[in-house]
Amino acid sequence: MARVLLFGRLSDVAGWRDRQIDSPFLSALRAKLTAEDAALGEALGGKGVQVALDQVIVRGDAALNPATEVAFLPPMSGG
Amino acid sequence: MSVRLTFETFDPGALLTAFSQGRAETGAVATFTGIARAEAGATIALELEAYPGFTEAQIGKTADGARVRFGLDDLLILHRIGKIAPGEPVVFVATAARHRRHAFEACDFLMDYLKSRAPFWKKEHGPDGARWIEPRDQDHADLKRWEEETTT
Repeated sequence: MARVLLFGRLSDVAGWRDRQIDSPFLSALRAKLTAEDAALGEALGGKGVQVALDQVIVRGDAALNPATEVAFLPPMSGG
Repeated sequence: MSVRLTFETFDPGALLTAFSQGRAETGAVATFTGIARAEAGATIALELEAYPGFTEAQIGKTADGARVRFGLDDLLILHRIGKIAPGEPVVFVATAARHRRHAFEACDFLMDYLKSRAPFWKKEHGPDGARWIEPRDQDHADLKRWEEETTT
Protein backbone atom coordinates (compact mmCIF):
# COMPACT_ATOMS: atom_id res chain seq x y z
CA MET A 1 0.00 0.00 0.00
CA ALA A 2 1.35 3.39 -0.95
CA ARG A 3 -0.10 6.57 0.49
CA VAL A 4 -1.29 8.71 -2.42
CA LEU A 5 -1.72 12.47 -2.01
CA LEU A 6 -3.32 14.83 -4.52
CA PHE A 7 -2.81 18.60 -4.45
CA GLY A 8 -4.45 21.64 -5.98
CA ARG A 9 -6.87 21.03 -8.85
CA LEU A 10 -6.07 17.30 -8.88
CA SER A 11 -7.99 16.69 -5.64
CA ASP A 12 -10.98 18.61 -7.07
CA VAL A 13 -10.93 16.39 -10.18
CA ALA A 14 -10.66 13.18 -8.12
CA GLY A 15 -12.93 14.11 -5.23
CA TRP A 16 -10.34 12.88 -2.71
CA ARG A 17 -6.91 13.96 -1.57
CA ASP A 18 -5.43 11.17 0.52
CA ARG A 19 -5.81 7.42 -0.09
CA GLN A 20 -3.99 4.14 0.50
CA ILE A 21 -3.56 2.27 -2.78
CA ASP A 22 -1.82 -1.04 -3.34
CA SER A 23 0.69 -0.86 -6.20
CA PRO A 24 4.27 -2.08 -6.71
CA PHE A 25 5.29 0.58 -9.21
CA LEU A 26 4.49 4.21 -9.94
CA SER A 27 3.53 3.26 -13.52
CA ALA A 28 1.13 0.61 -12.21
CA LEU A 29 -0.34 3.11 -9.77
CA ARG A 30 -0.99 5.58 -12.62
CA ALA A 31 -2.64 2.81 -14.65
CA LYS A 32 -4.82 1.83 -11.71
CA LEU A 33 -5.93 5.40 -11.03
CA THR A 34 -6.64 5.97 -14.75
CA ALA A 35 -8.66 2.75 -15.00
CA GLU A 36 -10.96 3.80 -12.19
CA ASP A 37 -11.17 7.51 -13.11
CA ALA A 38 -10.28 8.54 -16.66
CA ALA A 39 -10.56 12.27 -15.88
CA LEU A 40 -8.08 11.91 -13.03
CA GLY A 41 -5.75 9.84 -15.23
CA GLU A 42 -5.74 12.61 -17.81
CA ALA A 43 -5.18 15.28 -15.16
CA LEU A 44 -2.24 13.34 -13.66
CA GLY A 45 -0.58 13.24 -17.06
CA GLY A 46 -1.24 16.92 -17.67
CA LYS A 47 1.38 19.53 -18.44
CA GLY A 48 3.61 20.41 -15.52
CA VAL A 49 2.32 17.76 -13.12
CA GLN A 50 5.23 16.46 -11.03
CA VAL A 51 5.49 13.43 -8.76
CA ALA A 52 7.24 13.32 -5.40
CA LEU A 53 8.11 10.05 -3.65
CA ASP A 54 8.63 10.61 0.06
CA GLN A 55 8.85 14.35 -0.67
CA VAL A 56 11.54 14.04 -3.37
CA ILE A 57 10.64 14.90 -6.98
CA VAL A 58 11.17 11.93 -9.33
CA ARG A 59 10.96 11.47 -13.10
CA GLY A 60 10.03 8.24 -14.84
CA ASP A 61 8.99 5.03 -13.15
CA ALA A 62 9.93 3.89 -9.66
CA ALA A 63 9.27 1.00 -7.31
CA LEU A 64 6.88 1.69 -4.43
CA ASN A 65 7.03 0.07 -1.05
CA PRO A 66 4.10 -0.09 1.36
CA ALA A 67 5.26 3.00 3.26
CA THR A 68 5.98 5.19 0.22
CA GLU A 69 4.22 8.55 0.12
CA VAL A 70 3.33 9.39 -3.49
CA ALA A 71 2.37 13.02 -4.10
CA PHE A 72 1.02 14.34 -7.41
CA LEU A 73 1.84 18.03 -7.67
CA PRO A 74 0.18 20.23 -10.30
CA PRO A 75 2.04 23.39 -11.40
CA MET A 76 2.84 25.41 -8.30
CA SER A 77 1.15 28.76 -8.10
CA GLY A 78 3.30 30.54 -5.56
CA GLY A 79 1.81 32.29 -2.57
CA MET B 1 16.92 31.33 9.65
CA SER B 2 13.28 30.36 9.99
CA VAL B 3 10.68 29.24 7.43
CA ARG B 4 7.21 28.57 8.81
CA LEU B 5 3.66 28.04 7.61
CA THR B 6 0.64 28.99 9.69
CA PHE B 7 -3.13 28.61 9.50
CA GLU B 8 -3.51 31.58 11.86
CA THR B 9 -3.39 35.28 11.06
CA PHE B 10 -0.38 37.14 12.46
CA ASP B 11 0.81 40.59 13.52
CA PRO B 12 3.61 41.82 11.19
CA GLY B 13 4.63 44.51 13.69
CA ALA B 14 5.18 41.99 16.47
CA LEU B 15 7.22 39.80 14.10
CA LEU B 16 9.43 42.74 13.14
CA THR B 17 9.96 43.71 16.78
CA ALA B 18 11.00 40.18 17.73
CA PHE B 19 13.18 39.75 14.63
CA SER B 20 15.05 43.04 15.22
CA GLN B 21 15.95 42.39 18.83
CA GLY B 22 19.53 41.64 19.88
CA ARG B 23 21.13 42.63 16.59
CA ALA B 24 23.81 45.11 17.63
CA GLU B 25 25.98 44.29 14.58
CA THR B 26 23.31 43.78 11.94
CA GLY B 27 22.80 47.33 10.71
CA ALA B 28 19.83 46.70 8.40
CA VAL B 29 16.51 44.87 8.60
CA ALA B 30 14.13 44.93 5.62
CA THR B 31 10.64 43.46 5.67
CA PHE B 32 7.79 42.82 3.29
CA THR B 33 4.18 42.09 4.23
CA GLY B 34 1.80 40.76 1.58
CA ILE B 35 -1.91 41.42 2.23
CA ALA B 36 -4.86 39.66 0.60
CA ARG B 37 -6.74 41.95 -1.81
CA ALA B 38 -10.53 42.17 -2.01
CA GLU B 39 -10.42 43.04 -5.76
CA ALA B 40 -13.56 45.16 -5.34
CA GLY B 41 -15.61 42.25 -4.03
CA ALA B 42 -14.41 39.73 -6.64
CA THR B 43 -12.45 37.87 -3.97
CA ILE B 44 -14.27 36.66 -0.86
CA ALA B 45 -11.32 34.61 0.32
CA LEU B 46 -8.01 33.23 -0.84
CA GLU B 47 -7.21 29.61 -0.08
CA LEU B 48 -3.62 28.41 -0.07
CA GLU B 49 -2.70 24.76 0.04
CA ALA B 50 0.79 23.55 0.92
CA TYR B 51 2.43 20.12 1.08
CA PRO B 52 3.51 20.13 4.73
CA GLY B 53 7.20 19.33 5.08
CA PHE B 54 7.89 19.52 1.35
CA THR B 55 6.80 23.16 1.05
CA GLU B 56 8.97 24.33 3.98
CA ALA B 57 11.93 22.29 2.70
CA GLN B 58 11.70 23.74 -0.83
CA ILE B 59 11.36 27.31 0.46
CA GLY B 60 14.22 26.59 2.86
CA LYS B 61 16.55 25.65 -0.01
CA THR B 62 15.93 28.96 -1.78
CA ALA B 63 16.11 30.87 1.49
CA ASP B 64 19.47 29.28 2.26
CA GLY B 65 20.70 30.25 -1.21
CA ALA B 66 19.57 33.83 -0.56
CA ARG B 67 21.33 33.85 2.80
CA VAL B 68 24.62 33.00 1.10
CA ARG B 69 24.10 35.10 -2.05
CA PHE B 70 23.25 38.29 -0.17
CA GLY B 71 25.44 37.64 2.87
CA LEU B 72 22.51 37.79 5.29
CA ASP B 73 22.88 37.57 9.05
CA ASP B 74 19.41 36.04 9.30
CA LEU B 75 16.01 35.78 7.64
CA LEU B 76 12.44 34.91 8.53
CA ILE B 77 9.63 33.76 6.27
CA LEU B 78 6.13 33.23 7.63
CA HIS B 79 3.45 32.19 5.12
CA ARG B 80 -0.24 31.69 5.65
CA ILE B 81 -2.02 28.57 4.44
CA GLY B 82 -5.73 27.76 4.52
CA LYS B 83 -8.45 30.38 3.99
CA ILE B 84 -7.40 34.02 4.11
CA ALA B 85 -9.83 36.95 4.17
CA PRO B 86 -9.17 40.23 2.31
CA GLY B 87 -7.09 42.58 4.46
CA GLU B 88 -5.36 39.78 6.32
CA PRO B 89 -1.60 39.30 5.95
CA VAL B 90 -0.58 36.43 3.65
CA VAL B 91 3.18 36.50 3.91
CA PHE B 92 5.87 38.18 6.00
CA VAL B 93 9.54 38.23 5.00
CA ALA B 94 12.29 39.80 7.10
CA THR B 95 15.97 39.94 6.15
CA ALA B 96 18.89 41.10 8.28
CA ALA B 97 22.22 42.20 6.81
CA ARG B 98 25.09 44.50 7.71
CA HIS B 99 24.03 47.05 5.09
CA ARG B 100 20.66 48.04 3.65
CA ARG B 101 21.25 47.12 -0.02
CA HIS B 102 21.61 43.41 0.69
CA ALA B 103 18.67 43.41 3.10
CA PHE B 104 16.41 45.10 0.49
CA GLU B 105 17.60 42.91 -2.38
CA ALA B 106 17.27 39.65 -0.48
CA CYS B 107 13.73 40.56 0.60
CA ASP B 108 12.80 41.45 -3.01
CA PHE B 109 14.36 38.22 -4.34
CA LEU B 110 12.61 36.03 -1.76
CA MET B 111 9.23 37.57 -2.57
CA ASP B 112 9.75 37.04 -6.32
CA TYR B 113 10.50 33.38 -5.59
CA LEU B 114 7.58 32.97 -3.18
CA LYS B 115 5.11 34.54 -5.65
CA SER B 116 6.08 32.41 -8.63
CA ARG B 117 7.80 29.15 -7.68
CA ALA B 118 7.10 28.23 -4.08
CA PRO B 119 5.08 25.01 -3.64
CA PHE B 120 1.65 26.45 -2.97
CA TRP B 121 -1.63 25.93 -4.79
CA LYS B 122 -3.87 28.96 -4.70
CA LYS B 123 -7.62 29.10 -5.02
CA GLU B 124 -9.67 32.27 -5.22
CA HIS B 125 -13.20 32.14 -3.79
CA GLY B 126 -15.49 34.70 -5.43
CA PRO B 127 -19.23 35.41 -5.67
CA ASP B 128 -19.48 32.99 -8.64
CA GLY B 129 -17.53 30.14 -7.10
CA ALA B 130 -13.89 29.15 -6.77
CA ARG B 131 -11.06 28.98 -9.29
CA TRP B 132 -7.44 27.87 -9.15
CA ILE B 133 -4.87 30.59 -9.78
CA GLU B 134 -1.58 30.19 -11.65
CA PRO B 135 1.33 32.63 -11.47
CA ARG B 136 0.98 35.68 -13.74
CA ASP B 137 3.54 36.21 -16.53
CA GLN B 138 4.69 39.22 -14.51
CA ASP B 139 5.53 36.94 -11.56
CA HIS B 140 7.79 34.80 -13.76
CA ALA B 141 9.36 37.92 -15.30
CA ASP B 142 10.02 39.28 -11.80
CA LEU B 143 11.87 36.13 -10.79
CA LYS B 144 13.87 36.11 -14.03
CA ARG B 145 15.43 39.47 -13.14
CA TRP B 146 17.61 37.68 -10.61
CA GLU B 147 19.17 35.41 -13.25
CA GLU B 148 20.37 38.40 -15.27
CA GLU B 149 21.57 40.61 -12.48
CA THR B 150 24.72 40.07 -10.53
CA THR B 151 25.00 41.42 -7.04
CA THR B 152 28.15 42.94 -5.65
